[in-house]
This record gives sequence, structure tokens and C-alpha cells, in this order.
Amino acid sequence: MAYSEKVVDHYEKPRNVGTMDKADPDVGTGVVGAPECGDVMRLQIKVDPETGKIQDAKFKTFGCGSAIASSSLATEWLKGKTLHEADHIKNTDIVQELALPPVKIHCSVLAEDAIKHALEDYLKKHGKTMESIHDHDEAHEDAKA
Amino acid sequence: MDPRVLEAMMPYFTEKFGNAASRNHRYGWEAEEGVEYGREQVANLIGATPKEIVWTSGSTESNNLAIKGVADMYGKKGNHIITAVHEHKATLDPVKRLQKQGFDVTWLEPNSDGIITAEAVEGALRDDTILVTIMWANNELGTINEVPEIGRMLKEKYSEKDKPIFHTDATQWVGKMPTDVQRDEIDLLSASAHKMYGPKGVGCLYVRRRRPRVRLTPIIDGGGHERGMRSGTLNVSSIVGMGKACEIAGQDMDSEQQRLLALRTRLEEGILGKLEMAVINGHKTKRLPGTTNISFPYVEGESLMMAIKEIAVSSGSACTSASLEPSYVLKALGLGDEIAHSSIRFGLGRFTTEEEIDYTIDKVVSNVQHLLDMSPLWEMVQEGIDLSKIEWGAH
Repeated sequence: MAYSEKVVDHYEKPRNVGTMDKADPDVGTGVVGAPECGDVMRLQIKVDPETGKIQDAKFKTFGCGSAIASSSLATEWLKGKTLHEADHIKNTDIVQELALPPVKIHCSVLAEDAIKHALEDYLKKHGKTMESIHDHDEAHEDAKA
Repeated sequence: MDPRVLEAMMPYFTEKFGNAASRNHRYGWEAEEGVEYGREQVANLIGATPKEIVWTSGSTESNNLAIKGVADMYGKKGNHIITAVHEHKATLDPVKRLQKQGFDVTWLEPNSDGIITAEAVEGALRDDTILVTIMWANNELGTINEVPEIGRMLKEKYSEKDKPIFHTDATQWVGKMPTDVQRDEIDLLSASAHKMYGPKGVGCLYVRRRRPRVRLTPIIDGGGHERGMRSGTLNVSSIVGMGKACEIAGQDMDSEQQRLLALRTRLEEGILGKLEMAVINGHKTKRLPGTTNISFPYVEGESLMMAIKEIAVSSGSACTSASLEPSYVLKALGLGDEIAHSSIRFGLGRFTTEEEIDYTIDKVVSNVQHLLDMSPLWEMVQEGIDLSKIEWGAH
């Protein structure tokens, strides 16, 4: 199978490979997939307590080139985003950016899942839910308006 | 393809263009001569007589003719077939079709080395067994089943009249290893030209003519070519090519085996010496010298193949690599799906050099290390976490 140039680029020069301290209250960790399915993705975010924005993101992935590229791309996109914005990253955006073929769409789904799990993990540490960030953001938007 | 094979084939595309079945002109005789010489060359390589060779389009057709042909011809005698779970699809699928039609099938599991023993086959025999079909060497692992032992066991156990027919898919074996269908009491044997540097799309089925005389119901009916077992105009140039390929394979066999074994040892030692987690699948010595199947736990096979794309390797066999399922052959060894996902087959051949082996070692080692650095599983194992105790989410 031929991989797109972008997949090859992420595979050869993966962005943000690494590990953050799971116990750090500013860190959210999402692990999705299973070894017997041939994909395990771990995605971590670190949130700046001052701004509420994601200041760093790291990943490690066991999987095919498309799975590695999807998670590498996700970490690039996560940096600098609010949690609300991060939750709006869709697997279809990843499919489009990396030109993934239909047989590799599950890699992008996995990356979206990993983002959601990392966000939830962070929010849980702070006694919050996904709904709360959206409500908060909307309230914030309303206030601005 | 070996250039010597192409050279032998060339005249049959141009000046010797006749139909081997045309009996009344020179062109037909020339073509027939080429076909019959090819038959002799194949027969010599496997210890058969020329009349026992039936030309086909390749091993897939040979297996179909052997399996379905026996089932139909001997179906009144019995209803039981013995085969193995890690056969090539070209055996599994015809047998599955027969199973659907009402035949009873015993699917033998290999031992943990990947081998089907004569003992396992003997234990599965029944009064109504009409066919035993076991491949000689496995295409993904290179492991060698006990084919001569199975042949002789059946011969000793039964009278000529009652003996189940013994078929072996020898696609990976013939041309690489010494073959003697007489000595090893094989009744039917499938071979393909392209596995021995001949052209693609041509093969043969050896059909024993004496003690016992094997009869087959043809799959392709028509002009009654190939003693009625396979009708259709013969592919003369390809047949000539297969003959030549067999001749060359026979001449170089001993030295080629030694050369490939040395290269494979160099490859395996080079990789395993630098990657402590790598494991060779299948029996350590009872393997074809040109094949090795290596697992790289915690690294996914497809991502590794992507990294070494200029080296022709495969995860799973070529016939299954369009799917994302892990190899059924590796699963048959008792390997978990996660290890089966992490395995790669390397094939060495007539044109493989020592430089290519060294290049492959470097490429594999550096890329496995690159992927291990990215692998969450490897990190967990380094931290002493038991991966089997983790509850993974489904997806």
C-alpha cells in the first residue's frame, strides 16, 4: 500500500514523542486500543493552570504508520488549544489532513478517542466533566457578546 | 526469473509457435517436443516419470485438481479428509468447499514448532479417510512437515487398495530441496514454476501412475489434454520455462542450500544479536534455508515494513496482506494476536547477496529501535508492567 507523503513525514519524523508524569495534576492521559488489535495509542496533554490552554502534548503509539502519523498530528494540533477547542478535533479532519485511505480510518478514530480520554482524565482530576467545559466556554462566549 | 529460463523460452514465442496438440505439421511437433522435454525435466527433479506430470496454471490449480479430483473420484469409498490449519489458502479453501458439500474434515494443529508430524496424521486416520493433504514446507514459516514420514507411514499401514491418497503442496519445497516422490511414497504433489525462478502462471501436478494408480476427476473438461485430467491448449513457452527452471534448480541445489543457510544465519544472528526481544518463529533447524519469520514484540509489523519498504518482506503471506487480520499461520503456532501483529517474514533467494543481508540487518535494527522508542508497550514492559494484566479497551 502506498502511504501519503504526510504520513511518511510523521512516521519518519514523529512530533512530540514522549512521556509525561501521569500523576501530575496538570497532565491528562488517554490510552486507547489493544495490543491484540495491533494498535495502542497513548496521548498526554499538559494544561497551563493560568491560561487553561494546552501547553504541551506527547504521544507514544504501537501501530501501523497511519496510527503513528494520526497521533503525531494530534499532538501538533492540541498544543495551544483550549480544552473546548481540543474536544472539537474530529477524526475526519485527521483523515483529510493525512489523506488516509478507507482501510486506515480506524487510526484516526483511535486518535480522536485518545484525545477525548486525555481530556476526561485531566478534567476528572479537577472534579469536572466534559459538559462543564462546553457550558463554561459558552458562558464565556455569551459574556463576551 | 532466471535469465537462462527466459533464453530457453524465447524461441517458443517466435519461430516455434505451434500448438503442441497439432499432430500433423512440423510446428505442432516442435511445440510438443518442447512440452515433453519440459515434462522430463520436471520429472527428473522430483523422481517421477514424465507421464506422471500434468501441466496446470500453477499450484493453486494443482491443489484444486488434487483435492477436489480425489474427493469426487473416491467419494464413494469414504468421506473423510485430513489436512492442517496452517496450510496455504489454496488448500484450505478447496477443503472448506468440500466440507460444505458434506465431507468430514480433520484440521490438524501443528506442534509449537509449526510442524505436522506423521504421528499426528496417524492419530487422525479413520476407516473412511480418502485423502491426506499436508504441505511440504510452510510458506510463511519455512517449517518442514514430516512429509516423507507421512508417506511411508501410510504405505506401511495400508494395502495398496485401501490406502488414503497422499497429496502434498510442495510449492515452497520443489526446486530448493531434494525431492523423490517414489522414495517418499507421495501420490500427488503440487509445484509452481515461479517459486524456482521460472515464469508465473505455470505449474504442475504429479499424479502417481503405479502402486497405487491415482485417478482424478478433472475440474476442467474439454479437449482431453493431459490424459483427460486437464483440458486446454498448453502454454508451451511457460512449460518450457518451467522445465528449464527445474533443470537449473537441480544442478545448483546443494551449493545453493549451503549458501542460503549461511546468509540466513548471518541475518538472524545480526538481528537477534542487537535486538534482544526479537524471536524466530517455527522450528530452529527444520526450516527451508531461505526463509525466516521473526517477531519483534512491542513493534507493529506493518509500521516496520513501511520503514524497510525497499526490502521485500511481508507480514502474513502475500495472499492475506490486503487484510488487517494477523496471520492465521502464526496464530496456529499458539502465538497471541499481539505477537502475530509484530512478525515479519524474510525470504532469501538465488539473487540475495551478503551486502543485501548486511544492509537489511542495519535497516531492521535501526527502525525497530526507532519504533520501540515510540511504543507505549515497550515503555510499560521496561517499567516492569505485565501487559497481560492490563484491561485494554476494545475497538
